[in-house]
Amino acid sequence: MPKTVALVGTDAVAEAMRQINPDVVPAYPITPQTAIVESYAEMVANGLVDSEMINVESEHSAMSAAIGAAAAGARVITATSSQGLALMWEMLYIASGMRLPIVMANVNRSLSAPINIHCDHSDSMGARDSGWIQLFSENAQETYDNMLQAVRIAEHPDVLLPVMVLLDGFIISHSVDRLELLDDDPVKKFIGEWTPRLPLLDAQEPPCWGAFDGLGGYFFEFKRAQIEGMRKAADAVRQVAAEFAEISGRRYDFFESHRMEDAELAVVALGSAAGTIRTVVDRMRAEGVPVGLIKLRMFRPFPVQELVAALSKVRGVGIFDRSETFAGELGGPVFVETRASFYEEPKKPLMHNFVYGLGGRDLPQDLIRQAILTLDGYVQKGTQDKTVTYLGLRD
Amino acid sequence: MDCNVTEIRWHARGGQGAVTAAKMLAEMALSKGLYFQAFPEYGPERMGAPIQCFNRLSGEPIHTYCGVTSPSIVVIVDPTLCDVVDFTSGLAPGGRIAVNTGECPDTVKEKYNLHDYQVCTVDATRISMECLGRAMPNVPMLGALLKMTGLLTEEEAIGFISEYFGHKFPEKVIRGNIAALQAAFGEVQGLE
Repeated sequence: MPKTVALVGTDAVAEAMRQINPDVVPAYPITPQTAIVESYAEMVANGLVDSEMINVESEHSAMSAAIGAAAAGARVITATSSQGLALMWEMLYIASGMRLPIVMANVNRSLSAPINIHCDHSDSMGARDSGWIQLFSENAQETYDNMLQAVRIAEHPDVLLPVMVLLDGFIISHSVDRLELLDDDPVKKFIGEWTPRLPLLDAQEPPCWGAFDGLGGYFFEFKRAQIEGMRKAADAVRQVAAEFAEISGRRYDFFESHRMEDAELAVVALGSAAGTIRTVVDRMRAEGVPVGLIKLRMFRPFPVQELVAALSKVRGVGIFDRSETFAGELGGPVFVETRASFYEEPKKPLMHNFVYGLGGRDLPQDLIRQAILTLDGYVQKGTQDKTVTYLGLRD
Repeated sequence: MDCNVTEIRWHARGGQGAVTAAKMLAEMALSKGLYFQAFPEYGPERMGAPIQCFNRLSGEPIHTYCGVTSPSIVVIVDPTLCDVVDFTSGLAPGGRIAVNTGECPDTVKEKYNLHDYQVCTVDATRISMECLGRAMPNVPMLGALLKMTGLLTEEEAIGFISEYFGHKFPEKVIRGNIAALQAAFGEVQGLE
């Protein structure tokens, strides 16, 4: 029987890892690392799992060890956050370029300076072009569910790419939330065994990994194949979600549509903010405001056609970003990509960007309400005087 | 905030166990089949510094992940904070306040001008000194909160404490905490 529990988000990740029981968990154990690896180390010490944990001296080394172990044929999971992910940056590209199905939980926190340890999406958005699949989670339940599905997506033979599972720092990672854990057996069956193709440690047929590939080689072709793997990841995400629904009863897709059937206004958001927005949407619906919500789960690959179809009937879209591109009026990354998705469409809704919550600034319900009313005002006027609004900024 | 969600704000000092108490309250809510959240005021914690932590409780799934700004219940684990922090901030008239103090509710109401609120008091620091031999007022304050809200009966709360502490602490600590909880249930004043 699935068990309903009270866990902080980091322990939800550790529980998923216990059930997956990866071969190797390399991790840097000190700040900005979170309690994920602390809890997992305890599980290893208590003999609940038989993973090889490798304590390394930096996050760069953590990802390097993950790459080495995965190339050797191991199933590898690691975790990081904030500056830690930033320090991994060089190795992230090597993990994806070598097509290694590493799974990593990243607790979304801001990047310095100023020094700040709180939630925003700057860390993982900095890695959005690194060739990793990115799945965002609203709460502890989705984090747990995404971790389990991530292994299957990464190891899918058509994909073979690393997956980053994102959870909001503190808001989800350090808060006690209610969630349902599945039994070990169905999870183990769902995860299955990992049979690597061409493992490095095959003495009979030793392969070469990560070789030099210069002007006369196939670098470009490798990258093109990688792009194809990412394209196919979308199908894998849906296929794995369908299988996961069979053991959990919980349905996942590229995004969740809430009250979009007859919506004239829509909000697009990632992570925990989507939960708060859903509450506001329901309240404003009761007041007669025709607003709906699209909660993006899959940011990489970006679900262009599906998102365009979901938003094609609305008159205005408010796109919430918890990070910046520093490209001025182009706005945050979710805004940039949603607008780009509509470029070829003859008919586009009015789109406005709401940048919020940088460095953990709270997003209370009244600010969301204000944003939706602002969007409604622009739609009524048929024009907007600017494309980006910074929500909750102090004067 | 949604009317079907109860929001609670705890005021304490680092090291008094308020974050643990909020987590215990979440697990108690789980034992009643409720939905819940428990989270601290995020950031570095220092022993003795004023801290806040929060709970949300509801019979329905909770989708809200913003901060708690308009609680309906405030718990003051350290009475010296009454002069330091704005503990009624966001608390609507009629809201409930549980204070750790040896004074009676009327005196506290008078002292801090709390006539718009329901105030209950319990001498949690003295109780914890007597039952545990040190100032750890979290469990007696949790007891006062449980009696105030009726979330768990005294028997249910004792059962929960035995279970919750049973995994981590020696028998003496468990007995002390149960005694502190019982004393709080018995001594809390100002409940209508």
